[in-house]
Amino acid sequence: MEKKWEEMSSAEKQEALFQRWISPEGVKFVSPQAEKLYKERTTRIKDAIQLKKLPDRVPVMLIPSFAPALYSGLTPHDVMYDYDKIKEAWKKFFMDFQPDTHGGCAVPSPGKFLEILDFKLYKWPGHGVAPEHSYQAIEGEYMKADEYDILIHNPLYFFYYTWPSRVFGALAPLQTLPHLSCLTEMYGVAVPFLHYGLPPVQAAYKALLEAGSEALKWIGVVGAFDKEMPALGFPPHQAGPTKAPFDVIGDTLRGTKGIMLDMYRQPDKLLQAMEALTPMFIQLGVDAAKQAGNPLIFMPLHKGADGFLSDEQFKKFYWPSLRKVIMGLIDEGVVPFIWAEGGYNSRLEVIRDLPKGKTAWLFDLTDMAKAKKALSGIACVAGNMPMDLLAVGTPQDARNHAKKLIDTCGKGGGYIMANGAFFDEVRWENLKAIVDFVKEYGVYK
Amino acid sequence: MAKNLVSTLADLKEKEALKIVEDRLKAGEEPLKILDDARRALEIVGKRFADSEYFIPDLVYSGEILKGVTELVKPKLGKAAEVKRLGKIVFGTVAGDIHDIGKDIVVFMLDVSGFEVYDLGVDVPAQKFVEKIKESGAPVVGLSGFLTLAYDSMKQTIEAIKAAGLRDKVKVMIGGGQISEEIKKYTGADAYGKDAMAGVSLAKKWTGAK
Repeated sequence: MEKKWEEMSSAEKQEALFQRWISPEGVKFVSPQAEKLYKERTTRIKDAIQLKKLPDRVPVMLIPSFAPALYSGLTPHDVMYDYDKIKEAWKKFFMDFQPDTHGGCAVPSPGKFLEILDFKLYKWPGHGVAPEHSYQAIEGEYMKADEYDILIHNPLYFFYYTWPSRVFGALAPLQTLPHLSCLTEMYGVAVPFLHYGLPPVQAAYKALLEAGSEALKWIGVVGAFDKEMPALGFPPHQAGPTKAPFDVIGDTLRGTKGIMLDMYRQPDKLLQAMEALTPMFIQLGVDAAKQAGNPLIFMPLHKGADGFLSDEQFKKFYWPSLRKVIMGLIDEGVVPFIWAEGGYNSRLEVIRDLPKGKTAWLFDLTDMAKAKKALSGIACVAGNMPMDLLAVGTPQDARNHAKKLIDTCGKGGGYIMANGAFFDEVRWENLKAIVDFVKEYGVYK
Repeated sequence: MAKNLVSTLADLKEKEALKIVEDRLKAGEEPLKILDDARRALEIVGKRFADSEYFIPDLVYSGEILKGVTELVKPKLGKAAEVKRLGKIVFGTVAGDIHDIGKDIVVFMLDVSGFEVYDLGVDVPAQKFVEKIKESGAPVVGLSGFLTLAYDSMKQTIEAIKAAGLRDKVKVMIGGGQISEEIKKYTGADAYGKDAMAGVSLAKKWTGAK
């Protein structure tokens, strides 16, 4: 008799999620070969992460940004506005390069959806950046310095009303909507609803309905891709994302400058707000993993990198709430796949404080010998294929670096070859060189 | 006795620093002397940053305190005596890239180190760099970029400087998240700076400032 989820230990939960990933329900493999590849690939990654068994070889992942579009001769603008083009381009990319996983094809957010809602948070191809370039966030104080109490005491209200009304121009009227807490009696029950009769609020809801339809069109393509790729033998390397509370606030609520000033001017409010966000961002990852039947949850880390914060600042403001999110995920069997963008050399001693075989750390520019040493027996390390090398190096440079990485980090397992940061335009022959090299040189004998 | 503005500001004590400035202004002190103290404090901040004692939040905060000091002092300034500057630098994030955090930090450090910086902002077309170099006669150009697309934009900007016949009149430094020695070669820049202080050292070296 199977154990109920609530009765399982975190290790059992992790194993259960891995098993759902390795033997996915409802996938009709296109061939016995595809099925075999799928099982080998998922098992290989599981072994690299759990640090219990030596994998058959070093796994290799490619985590692109708009690269698949460019590889097919399309611009980011093309794929953000013509959803049907996304699937073919992304499929071609993974089929041609044959890494061990696919990362979904949700990078191109739907352009028309963004237009309907008048999205303010980013510039995107054709809207502030050139059609051939990737979208980019606009730094700003989308949450004001004196609004921490709303976030701390009422984070759901903040994310339902305050936040959308700021980052979507079409939803600005939502900020006038009243609380519905006075609806507990017949008397006056209709009063708060008069707001919904006002033309600007009605226009906002009309935009929401239209945006919803557009999102459905887009997800039709993205969902079809996610269904097709496993059948072709490619497991997804993530079930969804979550974030470090410091980055949630620092990236797009208060902005980099805002959060840095808050560390000085109102450190207690900042700490309380991160505490308030922690359960929400655990839940986000746990729900996605359980729904998808895939333990891997991607966590892009931004503002904890070397240089961004001092050691003390990292230990006080960044790590405690991040660790709580990581541990909350681990408790539910989720494997945080943590992308440490930039350098993480000065953080290695701090992040070692984690249980064995429960996380993977994808490094960008960190010294991999140091990373491997620090996390040896604790966590799988991944990444470090540098952007500059992919973009301007030769295939031989790529092979040399891949060899160095396998020699440095691959010994005894616990390493996944991958790019260090998301990429757009690179020299395609370099990607091929890396994947092919790993499949040959990365075999454990 | 009144606390020392230089050390108070350098230690990032915002309220105390502003109080000292208010008191000194009330006492009728020469505003330029106060600004000079503030500048010396920021030099210390820069040094602590170079020594990895301070980090980006500390730089950002020191900039905010300086802003507060300047706001207090400004109304009292008569016809401001021109501050002597070490040299001119044209700076910006290259075309297609709108990232500004790294650029702003380098510009800030160059500014407090005594350089006159023409900050062209983000997503700056190559031609705009060329025009500003011509107009200002600046001998140093700084190109910033965070995305990999910046590799080509930097290359194109340097080619445009060359096409305008200005390449031998300027030294070009590049910097940003994914910039390396390889990219320096690729773009044809003279040097790449790993961080803000590397940018300041390069600028000092190239302008002959001490």
